Amino acid sequence: MEFLVASAIGILTAAGLYLVMRLRTFPIILGVSLLTYAVNVFFFSAGHLTIGSPPVLREGVEIYADPLPQALVLTAIVIAFGMTAVIVMLGLGAYLGSDDDHVNDPVETDAGEGSK
Amino acid sequence: MSLFLIVALPFLGALLPGLMNQAGRQACGSVTFMVTLTALVGLLTNLPAVLQGDVVLAQASWIPTLGLNFTLMLDALGFFFACLILGIGLLIITYARYYLAREDNMGEFFTYLLLFQGAMVGIVLSDNILLLLIFWELTSLSSFLLIGYWKHLPEGRQGARMALAVTGMGGLAMIGGMLILGQIAGSYQLSVILENRELIQDSPLYLPALILILLGCFTKSAQFPFHFWLPHAMAAPTPVSAYLHSATMVKAGIFLMARMWPVLSGTPEWFVIVTTAGLITMVLGAVIALFKHDLKALLAFSTVSHLGLITMLLGTGTAFGALAAVFHILNHATFKAALFMSAGIIDHETKTRDIRRLGGLRHLMPITFVIATVAALSMAGIPFLNGFLSKEMMLEEAYETVLFGSPWLVPVLVVFGSAFSAAYSFRLIGHTFLGKVRDDYPAKPHDPGPGLWLPPAILVVPVVVIGIAPFLAEPFVKLVTAAVLGDAAMVPTAYFKIWHGLVPALYMSIIAVIGGLILLAMFNPALRAWDAAPRPEAKVIFEALVEAVVAASQRIIHGLHDGAFTRYGAIMAVTVILAGYYAFATGTLGAPTREMQPITPIVAAGWLMTVAATLGLVILHRLRLQALIILGIIGLMVSIGFVFFSAPDLAMTQFTVEVVTIILLLLALNFLPKKTPVESSLPIRGRDAVIAVAGGVGAMAMSYHYLLRDPVAASISDFHLANSYEGGGGTNVVNVILVDFRGYDTYGEIIVLGIAALLIYALTETLLGGPVRARLLNRKPDQPRAGDMHPTMMVVLTRVIMPLVMLIGFYIFLRGHNEPGGGFISGLVVSIGVVMQYMASGFSWTTARVRYPYHGVIGAGVLIAGLTGIGSWFVAKPFLTTDFTYVRIPPFNEFELATAVLFDLGVFLAVVGAVMLSLESFSRLARRLDAPATSHPMDIDPSRDESSQAASKEGV
Repeated sequence: MEFLVASAIGILTAAGLYLVMRLRTFPIILGVSLLTYAVNVFFFSAGHLTIGSPPVLREGVEIYADPLPQALVLTAIVIAFGMTAVIVMLGLGAYLGSDDDHVNDPVETDAGEGSK
Repeated sequence: MSLFLIVALPFLGALLPGLMNQAGRQACGSVTFMVTLTALVGLLTNLPAVLQGDVVLAQASWIPTLGLNFTLMLDALGFFFACLILGIGLLIITYARYYLAREDNMGEFFTYLLLFQGAMVGIVLSDNILLLLIFWELTSLSSFLLIGYWKHLPEGRQGARMALAVTGMGGLAMIGGMLILGQIAGSYQLSVILENRELIQDSPLYLPALILILLGCFTKSAQFPFHFWLPHAMAAPTPVSAYLHSATMVKAGIFLMARMWPVLSGTPEWFVIVTTAGLITMVLGAVIALFKHDLKALLAFSTVSHLGLITMLLGTGTAFGALAAVFHILNHATFKAALFMSAGIIDHETKTRDIRRLGGLRHLMPITFVIATVAALSMAGIPFLNGFLSKEMMLEEAYETVLFGSPWLVPVLVVFGSAFSAAYSFRLIGHTFLGKVRDDYPAKPHDPGPGLWLPPAILVVPVVVIGIAPFLAEPFVKLVTAAVLGDAAMVPTAYFKIWHGLVPALYMSIIAVIGGLILLAMFNPALRAWDAAPRPEAKVIFEALVEAVVAASQRIIHGLHDGAFTRYGAIMAVTVILAGYYAFATGTLGAPTREMQPITPIVAAGWLMTVAATLGLVILHRLRLQALIILGIIGLMVSIGFVFFSAPDLAMTQFTVEVVTIILLLLALNFLPKKTPVESSLPIRGRDAVIAVAGGVGAMAMSYHYLLRDPVAASISDFHLANSYEGGGGTNVVNVILVDFRGYDTYGEIIVLGIAALLIYALTETLLGGPVRARLLNRKPDQPRAGDMHPTMMVVLTRVIMPLVMLIGFYIFLRGHNEPGGGFISGLVVSIGVVMQYMASGFSWTTARVRYPYHGVIGAGVLIAGLTGIGSWFVAKPFLTTDFTYVRIPPFNEFELATAVLFDLGVFLAVVGAVMLSLESFSRLARRLDAPATSHPMDIDPSRDESSQAASKEGV
């Protein structure tokens, strides 16, 4: 099971990285979102994988999942929303102002390489 | 007076001139004078102790772990320099008060001057070399401000930049040297270092430390090949030149060489480097000075030359050399500062400093003539003036010095330099004051008021007194020399007198003076030869060097940072991957400590769906709407994963955030192109794929290894589990951590969230206030619109479930402390409920019903959370200490009341406000002209609009 979670993190990271290196704003936003998932899950997995024992205290229960990464990731998820909203707004503002959603400056015609 | 106070006084006093600026120039000058006078008197109270040979100490720990202590030490050497700094400072302040023009900002000038003064006093009194370095850098900075004081002059700005670049670079080198020295000696205390001569000189690191420290000294004291900045620094107002560039700052390097003399000198390396540099500087400076037409440039190069002389004397490493050096520091400070001030007077009165336009001033400015002549003759080395005495000692020392195996090299060069030195001194007198009175001065010259001539006159007094009665200065100079020498050598018994008999030094002196006269007599042909000779211009070389460095940096920067975001992304990804690989390859990996858990079919299915969705997203990412839907699927899979792995709070948060994120992206996509065209070439995509896969493999390897191993150190999670109920009063540990254990973090996070929302709001406002607004309003939708803008079904449904959503939100909020839930999640749930109203019933309809602006909601949330935290101060607990109790209101069950609930309320409000403000900002962009804003909830006959306005206002 650990292998599956690790590979899922890897695949999310790879997909996120690939999309972040695209030329338009929208795929980059998608890529950043994927990277956010990957990082959050990675962070969460720092508390290891526990099934069926949430960190809510119960009488007679001794084993709980690690609450600390959960608390950190919870705020990370909310902050990630704020960050996504800001970069979407920046991308949108740039597009509305220039009618162009390329991220490279100056605009490239061919490749993603920005030689002046 | 305490040494701390002496050092602190100029710094504290630096506040006063600025404040007194409004009170007039006299007040401004007076207060600066008083500050310096107080510091000087404070210094003099320590004189008896110093005369007894005691070392006055003052100590305070600052950063003891770094070995950085605020330790001050006053011995005879420090006393001597501090006296020069403060004493000449007093004269300079008086002089500057009358020198500065009405339009100059005097408060600013004196502020800089006092900052500089404090830094200088700090250098000479520091006992800790790290502290000394700090003061050292402060002098570089404050002198930068002083040189560039006349900001409107390009030469001033260039000179200031050059001085800062050169002395700053030297300062950096010196930091390295001092750190090495501290490492060798095992302490950064000067007093300890000075006692470890053998240890330091035997260390293999001695040479690097010596070179680095000397770099600092040579740049500061303008020694060859760093001499070029000093003449350019002459663009400063003359009081600055007189103070910094003759009496104090340029002597800092010499001070440090004297201070370090006991540990650094006496080795062949020291002798060769310091003596050679000093000798070259002395000869070169003297030769150049003769051919300078600007009075201040002449004095600047002569200062360079004299500094070289002192450096050379320290370089010989003999006790007699040190004695001569100390004596010459004193003499040079007096006559050179007087000369600078005289040059300033001439500039002030005749409006020119060009020697070729002057001459015959002896009749017009008799007082200035006398002062400048006495000082210049002393500089030339004429008997019965103090310059003669120290120059004689220097010649005697030079006569004994054997450099590079030649007993003739040093004496010949020194006599050669002295001849030039005499020549430029005579030229200064002859070409400025003697000769016929001219009628083409730029301004009618006359002697200035006493405010300007008194300070140099006071300086000329010791020039004559010491010259005639050297035995007066002898005890003090010997005391200072003893402090320089430390335990390394005995103070020479040679006594100061004018007539030493027919010794070689006398003949050398006579040759130099006669040579000087001959040089001046043949000045014109010599000048022609000088002008014809090609010579490297230091400023040009310096600027070429700076330009080359800038060009090289730009090549590197433009190669990496060329405006292509994709390239930055790739560079960063590769860097992180390589760094991670390096860490992995060089570190050690322990054996796995955990068993791999079995793969159940459910997990396998979930994994499969996540992976399929992710790959699908990459493949379909050009179709933006579809990509967005797939992104939502991935988010849902992640939330399900959180549920499965015992994180219900996370799952709820992820799920609700997913909803608002997708809505947000849909709102944005409304304006963006719906498809991404193919633009990258195949090789580029291949490159990106390789980087991405490498990064993915790295992330996977890291998580996989991590998941199978327990933490190296014990986790603090157990503490939170154990204390959640007893300390925080809640059984949902995650929530207790958020609102209690790590409440401060959460507090910061809701503020960040609020700032992000406000940023979005501000950006929207900017867009709508600019040219984009018209384009947005006249935008034609690129896709056919739905026929019914507000579908009846949806309107009805959203309104029916609104109270239900609120109830759920309330429930989730209240139970949050003990069961999964809490302020974050309920805030998101309630936001979704409100957003649904916007979507179903339209922007205008909903906005009309919003009672409080969302900014206010964010503010209220942060405020409530903050006040809850402050509340604990009233019961004398630290910020954000929670308290709780259990209450029972019949007929309900007993329930818990914790201050953490109030804090969570703040979190709730901040989240609602932030989410709503972001989404509302986006939707405001969407309003168009062709679809007029209507406050009707449903698509009804527009003709009803006017007639039923009143009815609809009362609420449908």
